[in-house]
Amino acid sequence: MIEKLDQIFVILAHWVVSFLPVWLQPYLMVLLGVVGIVVTFPALFAITVLLERKGLGRMQNRYGPNRVGPYGLFQPIADGIKSLTKEDIVPLSADAVVHFLAPVFLVVVVFMGYAVIPIGRNMTLVNIDAGLLFFFAIGASTELSVFMAGWSSRNKYSLLGAMRAVAQMISYEVPLLLSSVAVVMMTGSLSLNKIVDQQNQYTYGLPHWNIFTPWGFAGFLLFAIAATAETNRSPFDLPEGESELVAGYFTEYSGFKFALFFLGEYVGMMGISGIGTTLFLGGYSAPLQILGFVPSWLWFFAKIMLSMCVFIWVRGTLPRLRQDQLMNFAWKFVLPLSLLNLIVAATWRFMGEGPLRWIVCSAILLVVYVFMGRLGMKREHFGPRSYRYAE
Amino acid sequence: MLGEGILKGLGETARNFAGSFVSADRLTTVQYPEERIAPIEATRDFPFLVYDGDDWEAGLRCVACQICEKECPPKCIYIVKSTDKKPDALGKPQIYPARFDIDISVCMSCQICVEVCPFEAIKMDTEFELSTTDRFGGLLYDKEELAKSNEHYHKIHPTEAAEVDSRLAEEKAKAEAKAKAAAAAAAAKAAAPKPPVAAPVAASPVAPPPPESEKQG
Repeated sequence: MIEKLDQIFVILAHWVVSFLPVWLQPYLMVLLGVVGIVVTFPALFAITVLLERKGLGRMQNRYGPNRVGPYGLFQPIADGIKSLTKEDIVPLSADAVVHFLAPVFLVVVVFMGYAVIPIGRNMTLVNIDAGLLFFFAIGASTELSVFMAGWSSRNKYSLLGAMRAVAQMISYEVPLLLSSVAVVMMTGSLSLNKIVDQQNQYTYGLPHWNIFTPWGFAGFLLFAIAATAETNRSPFDLPEGESELVAGYFTEYSGFKFALFFLGEYVGMMGISGIGTTLFLGGYSAPLQILGFVPSWLWFFAKIMLSMCVFIWVRGTLPRLRQDQLMNFAWKFVLPLSLLNLIVAATWRFMGEGPLRWIVCSAILLVVYVFMGRLGMKREHFGPRSYRYAE
Repeated sequence: MLGEGILKGLGETARNFAGSFVSADRLTTVQYPEERIAPIEATRDFPFLVYDGDDWEAGLRCVACQICEKECPPKCIYIVKSTDKKPDALGKPQIYPARFDIDISVCMSCQICVEVCPFEAIKMDTEFELSTTDRFGGLLYDKEELAKSNEHYHKIHPTEAAEVDSRLAEEKAKAEAKAKAAAAAAAAKAAAPKPPVAAPVAASPVAPPPPESEKQG
């Protein structure tokens, strides 16, 4: 029974497919998987947006949307209708084709990332050996869409936003990859299914998640920071900084194209949360062995929704960074630490079992973290400002 | 240590988040159409014309001097002077505005018209629910829509209105005393023997309108 509930979608898909001729079955299987992903994640997107608006409201001591339906629960529907019925404006001097393609490209690319994420046991759409590589390759092409949007709009704010976005995303791609390389080193595989399987073991009822090791914990934090920057979320939301750039690269978008950008952003966040979950939080495995009866896909969704809540929480807390702070942080703090994390992971691998490797690895990371923190927080003292006026 | 501040901040927002469910007085939001808070006395949005008595047309204090029209920074006031004269609140025959329009879609609520008006005829209203489906005509207010009674003024700005009323009463008393003195002088003059050439000057009952180009305030 429990096994059936866990595999319910797989069984359903096989049942639906069994009505068709054999040669068609694999194609329909894939199609069903795609439909499932394309329906589920926008639904989660709607929930997340509502959650964000209400949660942010509460963090700022206000109610948030509470007019549409009971407790404002139908707000996403109202938002959807609004964005569908709004006028779609394309600037006269914009490159109309690229302007139209940018949001479409973003959404397509973002959904393609889900192809390799193991959503539940036996629930990976395409189980390829280099799944992690595929995800990052696809994820990197969102930059292209952002730049397409910024360039084709022919608007200074759009262009500046796109420039910032590209600079930021390329900078943070490096630590994002390096922090996940540690996991690949330990697992010895780029296959996301293998990575989850390796974490889906229990000692004394406790899971073998990567986050419960020194290198995994540090890696997870670095991954989370880089993922936040990669998805242009606060506090790294400079590309769409309202206070200086109107709306950044999607300034010239309205109506449904704007909604597509919005969708792409959130679905991308969920995708990167899914990868983070798979790499560090044990993917679809239960947090305790006795909770193993809960369907695996439910754990996966619970974990990504939890990380969305953390995204919202961080957004409600931190102010936006400055561009130079952002870049300094990426190249002078996150990158060296993620390189160090690779060394620590290697040390962990070759020190063998025992408490000694815990002490050594934690100590290395902690000492370097504190030292770099001190170094980074050292204030530069400037003298009094002097002005030299033109003669 | 690095990151301490972030953790502290996260704690603060978490406390706000949880607290807003527990104590209602954390939430400052007023659920507007159902709940309302009384406006503070200095509230202002758009100007209106004050009238005395019951008849808005007869009681308008405005004498169409056009100072407000000249001073209005966004030029949202449009006045047409009348060609005839009608007695004003003091009984003196005065020019009155044949047309007085304010386009509140242009008005920026600066209150300069109120400050320059020598007749206390234009004041700021507090009515803010002015939405209309006609974005041009619906926001262009004519004389009738602008005219509001002195009682209304007393209701929305009690202190200021009382001050204005006492000032007007003082002026009225002064004018009456002056008129009485003038009448007495005239009577004394009439009683006295007539001078040889007495071409009685037709004294204009209306004071010439104040200089318009002068910048006030």
